[in-house]
Amino acid sequence: MFFTEVYKRKLLKIANILMLIVLSLVAVFTSHNAFALDAKEKLALSLGENEARIIALNKVVLKGDAQAMPYLQSLLDDAVKVQGEKLFLVTDEGAKDAVTDAEVTLPEDAEDIVNNNQMRGELEASIAALNLLSKDSATRLEAVKLLQGTEANASRLALIQKAENTESQPEIKSMLGMVRASIELTSDDKAKRLAAAEALSTSANGGIKQMLSARLGADGEKDPEVIAAIQLSLKKIDSHLATYEHIGQIFTGLSLGSILLLAALGLAVTYGLMGVINMAHGEMMMIGAYATFLVQNLFTKFFPEHFGWYLVTAIPVAFVITALVGVVIERTVLRFLYGRPLETLLATWGVSLILMQGVRSLFGAQNVQVENPAWMSGGIEMASNLSLPYNRIYIIVFAVLVLLLMWLMIAKTRLGLFIRAVTQNRSMASCTGVNTAKVDALAFGLGSGIAGLAGVALSQIGNVGPTLGQSYIVDSFMVVVLGGVGQLAGAVYAAMGLGILSKFLEGFAGAVLAKIFILVVVIIFIQKRPQGLFAFKGRQID
Amino acid sequence: MNTRRGFIKSVSIIAASIAMMGMVQIASAADTIKVGILHSLSGTMAISETALKDMALMTIDEINKKGGVLGKQLEPVVVDPASDWPLFATKARQLVSQDKVAVTFGCWTSVSRKSVLPVYKELNSLLFYPVQYEGEELEKNVFYTGAAPNQQAIPAVEYLMSKDGGSAKRFVLLGTDYVYPRTTNKILRAFLHSKGIKDDDIMETYTPFGHSDYQTIVADIKKFAAGGKKTAVVSTINGDSNVPFYKELGNAGLKAKDVPVVAFSVGEEELRGVDAKPLVGHLAAWNYFMSIKNPTNKAWIKQWSDYAKAQKLPTADKPLTNDPMEATYIGIHMWAQAVEKAKSTDTDKVIAAMAGQTFKAPGGFTSTMDPSNHHLHKPVFIGEIKEDGQFKVVWKTKGPVKAQPWSPFIEGNDKKPDHPAM
Repeated sequence: MFFTEVYKRKLLKIANILMLIVLSLVAVFTSHNAFALDAKEKLALSLGENEARIIALNKVVLKGDAQAMPYLQSLLDDAVKVQGEKLFLVTDEGAKDAVTDAEVTLPEDAEDIVNNNQMRGELEASIAALNLLSKDSATRLEAVKLLQGTEANASRLALIQKAENTESQPEIKSMLGMVRASIELTSDDKAKRLAAAEALSTSANGGIKQMLSARLGADGEKDPEVIAAIQLSLKKIDSHLATYEHIGQIFTGLSLGSILLLAALGLAVTYGLMGVINMAHGEMMMIGAYATFLVQNLFTKFFPEHFGWYLVTAIPVAFVITALVGVVIERTVLRFLYGRPLETLLATWGVSLILMQGVRSLFGAQNVQVENPAWMSGGIEMASNLSLPYNRIYIIVFAVLVLLLMWLMIAKTRLGLFIRAVTQNRSMASCTGVNTAKVDALAFGLGSGIAGLAGVALSQIGNVGPTLGQSYIVDSFMVVVLGGVGQLAGAVYAAMGLGILSKFLEGFAGAVLAKIFILVVVIIFIQKRPQGLFAFKGRQID
Repeated sequence: MNTRRGFIKSVSIIAASIAMMGMVQIASAADTIKVGILHSLSGTMAISETALKDMALMTIDEINKKGGVLGKQLEPVVVDPASDWPLFATKARQLVSQDKVAVTFGCWTSVSRKSVLPVYKELNSLLFYPVQYEGEELEKNVFYTGAAPNQQAIPAVEYLMSKDGGSAKRFVLLGTDYVYPRTTNKILRAFLHSKGIKDDDIMETYTPFGHSDYQTIVADIKKFAAGGKKTAVVSTINGDSNVPFYKELGNAGLKAKDVPVVAFSVGEEELRGVDAKPLVGHLAAWNYFMSIKNPTNKAWIKQWSDYAKAQKLPTADKPLTNDPMEATYIGIHMWAQAVEKAKSTDTDKVIAAMAGQTFKAPGGFTSTMDPSNHHLHKPVFIGEIKEDGQFKVVWKTKGPVKAQPWSPFIEGNDKKPDHPAM
């Protein structure tokens, strides 16, 4: 027993000594290679004017001190608080003294350290610069991407050069070269400036263009040779940027076109095929959007973990609800009014007012919030001046799908055949045994349901309120009339044409004038060609 | 003969009943003081104005619980002008001549205020206007509890031009197409000229009310920003267009540290339905933010949350306060104080009693009604949007600033008096 006790003590002693050695070794090692920030540095980084704080930050970056990163990150995350000259780190469990790392309770009057945009930008860039030497290539790539286009800062040069020399991935290496060039643009060495100006010509980044043009300003470059090089690079960058800009313009046009198409497709059935001047068409979209809102609420209440799926679920729900509303309207109002367009117009207008007021009474007059699911937010960044938002891309895809399904329905199914037959010659169709009343109801339901689908899409890009339909009804009629009443292809061309034309006009005339101009163009067009782009060949619809 | 007698009879019945109705109205007027609330509860402005209506009702409730004004209870009369500017005038006339309200609290957009002005002048009634606006107006019948340009727009642009704000040298002035953005941008353009910024470095664009497709505009801003100098956007977009605008900003990846957007009509309420994560760092300038920490504000937010819950408002699960709500709150209290001082709800007596009224505002300062110019002395705050849709204050004035309704940056304004024309 005694022996083992002594033995244990000895072991403990040895362990203690070993620990001490290891600890001192660690201390020597860290003090040699990287310094954790001391109290003074932390204070300088955290308090005072932004300018002084940025100078302190640059000093830290100049040292290339990777150990500083956690503290910088907490500053960026707004997790540092201050009371007098004492800094605290707020953690999930409580608070720590930022210098000694000891657990403390946060004093009541501790204040936030406020980082404004400028400070946050500098912190982000500094962390990115320190991350350039990370072992993980994804981290390095992200870091260099962030540094591109941020303001050139000479204190980061050493880190960037070091990273460029050790970088193994060619893609990151070339990007690092660009970042280095943007810093060397202000170097004292003329050769370096020239090389930098030339190197930057391959970029398609608005930030770099801004940097280069700034060098051409009054207190910028003086050497004519370098100025010429910068001008040449600017020209090249402009042409890169212009390509993306054109792609962007076409994309926005297509996007608007797809929205117009969705809005008009339902009308192409109810007005185009059936000849019902449906003023309540916009309200069908509105009901579709509110259906989306309801499904969203159901999901947040019952399946919050599957929230992303609510939109997919909303598609059939919105279709069914609006289609049912459509059938009810057709059965109770419209069927008494076939062949009397003026009365139909007035009746459907009345229906639209009733629907709007109904929604107002049910959900309130205010807009309701329809959130984008996570997969609809953000976009693909093609270039610094072109990013394609996911919601727009999905809506274009959705419009194409709806169009395809609708075309299949009209052209390939029995119901489609009946619809076409009834709309072309009601009495003949009736003679051959088609139940025209049923077909009318189904066709109107189909058109309304498609309007409901448009409502689902609109809920993702605009506001959902009782008057949502009002802003699209004019556009919908414009598309159908312009395309030529009675068939689908015209609506597609008209929607895309109007979309691209109005985006093109908005580019140089502004949104207000573009809207006026589009209406004028449509009026003139209808005067010259009342039958629309594509006239319906054959016998007129009765 | 018979029919004529019948006619006379019915006329006299109608006349009698009208007289009776009048008497009833007078009788009820003796018990309460009627107060009009004129805010859009539907249409494009409902997003902003509905909260003001509720705040006005809460304040009236608070005053009533403390015994009312002049020993009488206040009776709110709420109407909905539906974001329809001519309808504002109709409803205002109805409030003043039919409902006989002693005062009206209302309007958000300047176009609605301009629309009701003739009514208040003609009938010599009072309007309290709680929203920041473009100035260039000083009416005897109106008290302006929101900010004038020198209490919001000018400090915000000065901040953007300062080192802390990113030293912007190029500006996009983006707004909804009506009087407030147009006039504000006219003042800002003159101000920027005075700071040496050329027309080439200013881009001015407008969109219609309720505009929802901001793709082209955001792309244009990006293009303009690549033009060689640090660029900032000054947004005077009003109403629910802000939601698609901010969504587009986020989706297009326009970051605040590259191109900061400072907004004058976007507060906590407007950001309610927007995912604020991509918007972190964009700015707003106001005289109040919900995030301001002081005991008055804490108590006020609590009062509002309790009220929202008790009234089962649709926003009760996430009650928010904002600057125009604070201005509404200050305005109603100051009016009540002035009525107590004047011992009457008579328009001219209340106007005289309003001069120099003070109120301890939730913003943390004591707001004072200017002795002559019908505007409040207010502090200015500039806040950056945080991830949760709140604002953190990055800049503020040392104390309240006196309003200049006639901006010195517009020619000829130096000759205009700092009090309403009599």
